[in-house]
Amino acid sequence: MESSVATPPAGPAPGATPPRRGKDPVEGSATWQLSDRIGLVICWALGLLFCAIAVAIVVYLMIQGLTYLKPSMLVTPATAGFGQSESGGFADAFIGTLIVAVMGISIALPLGVGVAVWLVEYGRPTALARITESTIEAIAGIPSIVLALFGTVIFSSTALGFLSRTSEGVVFGRSFFAASAMLSLVALPLVVASTREGLSAIPQHVREASYAVGKTKAATTRRILLPASRPQVATGAMLGLGRIIGDTAIIVVLLGATQNFAPVGGAFPFNYLRGAGTTLTNFVYEASPTGNLNQPEKAYAAAFVLLLMVLALNAAVDVVHRRARKVGTWSS
Amino acid sequence: MEEEYLPEYGPKWSDRRVERMLGALVCAVVGLLLALIVTVFVRAWPSFAHNGLAWFGPGGSVEEQLNQIYLSGISGAEYVYTFHAWQLIWSTLLITGGAVTIALFCSLFVSVFIVEFAPEWMRNVLQPVVRFLASVPSVIYGLLGVLVLVPFIGNHLVTESQKASVAGVISLSGYSLLAAVLILTLMIAPLMVSIFCDGLRSVRPGWLEGSLALGVNRWRTTWKIAVRTARPAIVAGTVLATARAIGEAVMLAMVSGSVAFAPNPADGLIFIYEPSRPLAPTIVKNIDSLGAPPANATLFAIAAVLLFSAAFFSLAGWVARRSMRKYGATA
Repeated sequence: MESSVATPPAGPAPGATPPRRGKDPVEGSATWQLSDRIGLVICWALGLLFCAIAVAIVVYLMIQGLTYLKPSMLVTPATAGFGQSESGGFADAFIGTLIVAVMGISIALPLGVGVAVWLVEYGRPTALARITESTIEAIAGIPSIVLALFGTVIFSSTALGFLSRTSEGVVFGRSFFAASAMLSLVALPLVVASTREGLSAIPQHVREASYAVGKTKAATTRRILLPASRPQVATGAMLGLGRIIGDTAIIVVLLGATQNFAPVGGAFPFNYLRGAGTTLTNFVYEASPTGNLNQPEKAYAAAFVLLLMVLALNAAVDVVHRRARKVGTWSS
Repeated sequence: MEEEYLPEYGPKWSDRRVERMLGALVCAVVGLLLALIVTVFVRAWPSFAHNGLAWFGPGGSVEEQLNQIYLSGISGAEYVYTFHAWQLIWSTLLITGGAVTIALFCSLFVSVFIVEFAPEWMRNVLQPVVRFLASVPSVIYGLLGVLVLVPFIGNHLVTESQKASVAGVISLSGYSLLAAVLILTLMIAPLMVSIFCDGLRSVRPGWLEGSLALGVNRWRTTWKIAVRTARPAIVAGTVLATARAIGEAVMLAMVSGSVAFAPNPADGLIFIYEPSRPLAPTIVKNIDSLGAPPANATLFAIAAVLLFSAAFFSLAGWVARRSMRKYGATA
């Protein structure tokens, strides 16, 4: 503050030609003091560092991944064996990631959209709305390891024993159901925030037009508002999916401890879903040098597959954004 | 057309009913959070009750205490609860504090750069880069840390004489405070950048133009006007990132060394090469002892501390973000 007062204003000299219209006139850094210019250099350096780190992560994982990843790994389940060449692939982990993603988001999406619709369209009593908002914020802030511990309490209760393996009255509490239910809480805040953003961007007169032709509020929400905010709902769902795929703590606690499916008795899909299993994140964790398997080559391969999934989700979010922008925004 | 929407007028989807259903859903979510908080604290209570405030204090080795607690749980003898978590808390403070400080500095410059100074092409590169860094799963960061950064630190940064000087106490293999802080910084900086950028963009252009019209250059205008106006967003971003950092478990379990040890800054710079173990990874590493009641209570006590601090930070961030609205901004 003090220094800026003391220094003479550095602007265009009097009598200089006024900047021409058309191209945005941007003041260059030539007239700045040394300290300001050093600051700008720091800006550039850090910006380039961010880019360099991102490129390094992608390139490094790609090199390692392409070196070690064989297509057969995606279809061979992990087996016990000596050395990295004998212990199979990570088919179960790959399928497990897909199962968890589908189940998690199919809980989080309806729940999140419901909460968002209530917050934007109903939101009464106001006290409850405020409590709900802070609840969603708090859920977003809860570490996933705490969610996982909470999950062990819920899913080890005898009332929910049918969702996981039970032996002699002791509920095991580890299953795809347990993991997906807790993972859906990880995705919930993202779905709610994104859907809310979409709904509140719709101007009021759109709703009024719908009421004017005799639609109820429920019908307006279902037929007008939700279709109109589809891009934001999709964005929220994909951000949530990314979080679900990338979460490790919940998987380690509520699903993992094995590198294969461990089906329990019951009809076909349920015997697998009730049993323990694994996902790519869990596989990477266990296959890293600090895990129990210690197979770094396969950890790289699995991490590469995981990174590809995340990159695909990112790209999908971009496509949705661009398409939504092409359609245009509401005129108010 | 008529058949299509007529049923929606029926009693099944009447407005009142829909409102009640959605309200019930919302109440269920709120109830779930309350249940979570209550459950965690009830489960944690035996551990807190037996140790009192000493729970947070120093004393003994955490590893040994956890082992004793677990053994007493499975042997059926009298339960042991003695647990002094200072080593874990100190490690959490060091790692979180270090990462948040570095990330705050970097993110502030990067977001100012993105919003104000970067040329168009650079902006178009940086924004996806930040989004990508935010979406990389923590386990991948952990893997890269373990296989790239940790060996680098262990082989090139730590000298043999440093290893020898602490050989009797702890082995310096690269699993260190430094690795944990650097990778955690990388994980939380994108979160901060995106919130800072939102805040900086929502500063009223008139205020900036007023400053520019007085002849203040763009750099100073940005720092004196835009950054100061966006202060609530900066507080919010920092606080939310802190909450994320405290709760990070898996990545830290992989790179922090997972040795219950309290690095002492008084030992000189060597302390950044020393391994430690923060609170959250302790839960991951000891998850198999959940079956023993006293160990269960101890782990839930750790979770309660995490829950309390993370929820506190994220609510504080939310409040800070709301206060941005009084500037007419929508951050």
